[in-house]
Amino acid sequence: MTATVGREARAAARASDVWKVYGSGEAQVVALRGVSAEFERGRFTAIMGPSGSGKSTLMHCLAGLDSVTRGTVSIGDTTVTGLGDAGLTNLRRDKVGFIFQQFNLLPTLTAKENILLPMSIAGRRPDPAWYDTVIDTVGLRARLDHRPAQLSGGQQQRVACARALVARPEVIFADEPTGNLDSRSGAEVLNFLRNSVREHGQTIVMVTHDPTAAAYADRVVFLADGEIVSELIEPTADTVLDTMKKLDVPAATEVGNP
Amino acid sequence: MLRATLKSLLARKVRLILSGLAVVLGVMFVSGAFVLTDTLGRSFDAVFADAYAGVDVSVAAKPKVTVGEAEGDQVAPAFPADVVGRVRAVPGVAEATGVVSADGARLIGSNGKVVTSLGPPQLGQNWTGESDLVELRQGRAPQADDEIVVNVALATAAKVEVGDRVGALTAFESKRRDFTLVGLFGYSGGRDSVGGAHEIGFTTPAAQRLMLGKPDTFNSVTVRAAGGLTPEALRDDLARALGPQYEVKTGEQLSADAAASFKEGLSFFNKVLLGFAAVALLVGTFLILNTFSIIVAQRTRELALMRAIGASGRQIIGSVVLEALAVGLIASVLGLGAGIGVGALLAWAFGTFAGGLALAGLGVPPAAVVSAFAVGMLITVVAALLPALRAARIPPIAAMQDVATPDRPLTRITVSGAVVTAVGGALLAVGLTGNAGGGTLPVILGGVLFAFIGVALLTPLLSRPVVSLLGGLFAWSVPGRLGRLNSGRNPRRTAITAAALMVGIALVTGVTVILDSAKSSIAKTAESTLDAQLVISGAQTGPRQPVFDPAVVDRAAEVPGVNTVVGIYNDNAVVDGGRMRYVVALTDLAAMGQIFHATAQAGTIATLRPDQVALSVSGAKELGKSVGDRLTAQFARSEGSHTYTVTAVLPDDRSIGSIMLPRGAGAEFTSPQPFSALVQLTPGTAVSQVQPRLEALVADNPEVSVADRASFIEQQTSGFDTLLTMIQILLALAIVIAVLGIVNTLALSVLERTRELGLLRAIGLRRAQTMRMITVEAVVISVFGALLGIVVGAGLGAAVVRALRDEGITDLVLPWSQIGVFLGLAALVGVVAAALPAVRAARLNVLGAIAHD
Ligand SMILES: Nc1ncnc2c1ncn2[C@@H]1O[C@H](COP(=O)(O)OP(=O)(O)OP(=O)(O)O)[C@@H](O)[C@H]1O
Ligand SMILES: [Mg+2]
Repeated sequence: MTATVGREARAAARASDVWKVYGSGEAQVVALRGVSAEFERGRFTAIMGPSGSGKSTLMHCLAGLDSVTRGTVSIGDTTVTGLGDAGLTNLRRDKVGFIFQQFNLLPTLTAKENILLPMSIAGRRPDPAWYDTVIDTVGLRARLDHRPAQLSGGQQQRVACARALVARPEVIFADEPTGNLDSRSGAEVLNFLRNSVREHGQTIVMVTHDPTAAAYADRVVFLADGEIVSELIEPTADTVLDTMKKLDVPAATEVGNP
Repeated sequence: MLRATLKSLLARKVRLILSGLAVVLGVMFVSGAFVLTDTLGRSFDAVFADAYAGVDVSVAAKPKVTVGEAEGDQVAPAFPADVVGRVRAVPGVAEATGVVSADGARLIGSNGKVVTSLGPPQLGQNWTGESDLVELRQGRAPQADDEIVVNVALATAAKVEVGDRVGALTAFESKRRDFTLVGLFGYSGGRDSVGGAHEIGFTTPAAQRLMLGKPDTFNSVTVRAAGGLTPEALRDDLARALGPQYEVKTGEQLSADAAASFKEGLSFFNKVLLGFAAVALLVGTFLILNTFSIIVAQRTRELALMRAIGASGRQIIGSVVLEALAVGLIASVLGLGAGIGVGALLAWAFGTFAGGLALAGLGVPPAAVVSAFAVGMLITVVAALLPALRAARIPPIAAMQDVATPDRPLTRITVSGAVVTAVGGALLAVGLTGNAGGGTLPVILGGVLFAFIGVALLTPLLSRPVVSLLGGLFAWSVPGRLGRLNSGRNPRRTAITAAALMVGIALVTGVTVILDSAKSSIAKTAESTLDAQLVISGAQTGPRQPVFDPAVVDRAAEVPGVNTVVGIYNDNAVVDGGRMRYVVALTDLAAMGQIFHATAQAGTIATLRPDQVALSVSGAKELGKSVGDRLTAQFARSEGSHTYTVTAVLPDDRSIGSIMLPRGAGAEFTSPQPFSALVQLTPGTAVSQVQPRLEALVADNPEVSVADRASFIEQQTSGFDTLLTMIQILLALAIVIAVLGIVNTLALSVLERTRELGLLRAIGLRRAQTMRMITVEAVVISVFGALLGIVVGAGLGAAVVRALRDEGITDLVLPWSQIGVFLGLAALVGVVAAALPAVRAARLNVLGAIAHD
């Protein structure tokens, strides 16, 4: 299956020896300990690991939402580390898409306006053909004029996905996008994400807790205690679960509260 | 429950500070007014107690016309000098001194200009030697009639020294007379004046002639009682001995009387200040209502949780009201403190700039404290009541829902708004058409209040279309579009914020419309009716109107090129033994008729004989007189009352005043000299040819000048501009509070939308764009408020102007340039108000904001 995407592509996002330390002295927490990883273009990567292992932190650092303590992060050919607020804002606007676990949409805007928001902020017009493709893929054409309050949780997440896709960013980061959804709506969203990778060559990095969700990805990276400890290519729910179990034993004693 | 309330209060202190500030400012205004008037009142008490300290008993003739402090100066009439002898003959009198003391002695300073006073009197007196109070500081007493002494305060103001030749204008001589300054005097305790009064001491004959107009007269006798006799006992003896034409009072009574008349003025002043404070507090109420509504909305989940774990609706109301009480209490304390400071500052400014009033110690009257707490806490609790009720209606289930509070329909609020507005309109209509009997002012004010509240209730409905229209101006950019959406997002919140600004702007606009209309009507009337090319008159700088020598009128008539002249005197007089009325005396009614192109409605317009009077149509109607009827009038300086026969009735807009008396009456007025003369030139004569010659006639009176018609009209209406400026300054406070309201609403909204802002920043909104978004929201709200205010204010103003049509205000002037300025200012206010919240929003940590709960 990887063959259909091709391996020749450079990495869409890369972390080299990234350290992230929160606080200082007694309260110091080392969230990432020298993480190096590449997320290839046109692939769907999942990041898994026990709670508190640094998944969200890694994703935030990759996306330019948070700064790293040491090491470098780059998106495409842009080095994220060292960019100022304006540079980071531009990066987020032009090269990155986001899907959060919840609260993805502005309540004052309609679904369509929400989808087009990053492009309007940037002052760009969407490619009409691509826009139509995205809308049809997420299956929201009938709901475009509705406000978020009038949509179900799953529909809201699909709007968020459409928003991330429409701008064709270098990479989309999703932090537990299905965390708040039941299994059916979750499956809809995941299918949709996988299709956008398979059919349109989008790059997606997704943090998840759920082995079933991780099984939609092309590759799973496992984090434990701030380090990458394992990796699975072409995962299935079972292989993911097995790996998780192996990781969970030491992690549970250490974190204490999984 | 109490602990939970206090905890939540502390957690929200920043949010409450701004709304508390509105109460602080309002309370400051209220208590400051009380502190100011109390301090000034006690200072005046001290001044008068001092001025009469050396007087046991004083004798004066009963005044012919009694006037209040607000209406003009009381004239203590002159009486023959032999009264002093009669007083002295009464047993128990140790010492009796004849005194001349009257207002209107104006020294001409070394710069050639008359020394003016902003309030304290300018007394001309006979020098009666040193006393417990008065001490000669330099030089000697006046011995010849062209010698004077002055108090140090006056010498300093006039920049003159002992030995100088100085000019002065006096009550009975409004042309310069020169004197040699032979001495300076001051007062016990090293003071240079008593309450800032300017005093000139003449020899007794000079004082009698110049200040009383008659030789061998005095206007009071000060008496010292022989040992063992109380002033009260001596007073009663004297009163019996002198008979009912004389008023005998103890020094204490005199000082109390004098102070009382001042306090009347002060209490009026106090009421005016309290009126403005009420406006400020009304605006503050809107602001607090809004803050508590927002806080309750933001706490929905918390309150629902409390309900879920068993708190009753009552307890919820209690907790919100308690929170309000605490805010009100703190704000009242701070407001009282600030009010005391402001009161002290204003009293000091008053004492310093209005003529050296020595201030009694700062006083905090009970009224200041009581009103501060009553007003501060009451307003806060009343404003918090609605939000508290809403809080109690939050269902426990709301704790479990991720509530996007649904838009409640605006029907109820709109209907009640319409009803309240209609009530306000009805009250206004009743009040303005004069159908409210004695309660006109309260009815009108009530109408205005209801109108404001009604419009405020209608505002949410209006806000949708208007805000989206206004916001449309900014919709060309994404931040602008988002800001526009945000300002339309919660119509109630936007509405109340805008309504707070509306109140201040509406009042300013309304007052401007009324005053501008009055000004323009007066100017237009003058332009169309007044056929006088030149006017001799003085620009009034102090409480007294400058007057000039009546001979000027006659000499002006003889200047080549002058067709006719009419000189005008004015005063209050007792007409037909009844009410006090404003009267004028004209040197020549025929000349007036010619200048105003008047044709008599009844009778004939001709020079009045000494026993004739002319009335205006409304004057005739009020008095119920027609041509041939008689009326009596008692003037300030006339011996008995005079009887006049009505010979003419003139149209209102072609007459000066409603009762026009002959020239002889003017000589018996308080100020027995004309204050103005209208000069009509023969056709074809250039103004520039006559003006210098008229100026030469009044060259010896530096207070008086000759103006052409345009500048005369300008002079007449300049008072309106001053009044307008003062009102605008006082209302500025209400506008400042409204601005605080905008800051507050925005700050709370930014807080409420933290996650949204985080999301926007995450998907690429720049800092500058974030700030612009907030600024657009603020500008839309404040311009909306200003628009409302302008519309409501112009409406109110137009209604009042319409009601005053019969009073001669026929012109409705809408101050377009002012309106433009208000809109511009409102936009600026929005930008300023947005500054802090915008910076705060732009500085948000993106990650923290997204995680924010
Ligand atoms: N702002 C912060 N300040 C201090 N410590 C933090 C902060 N954010 C995260 N941490 C710590 O860093 C570590 C990694 O946190 P992170 O949120 O990345 O975990 P996660 O893998 O996403 O966990 P979960 O699956 O529960 O979301 C944790 O120990 C956490 O306590
Ligand atoms: Mg996480």
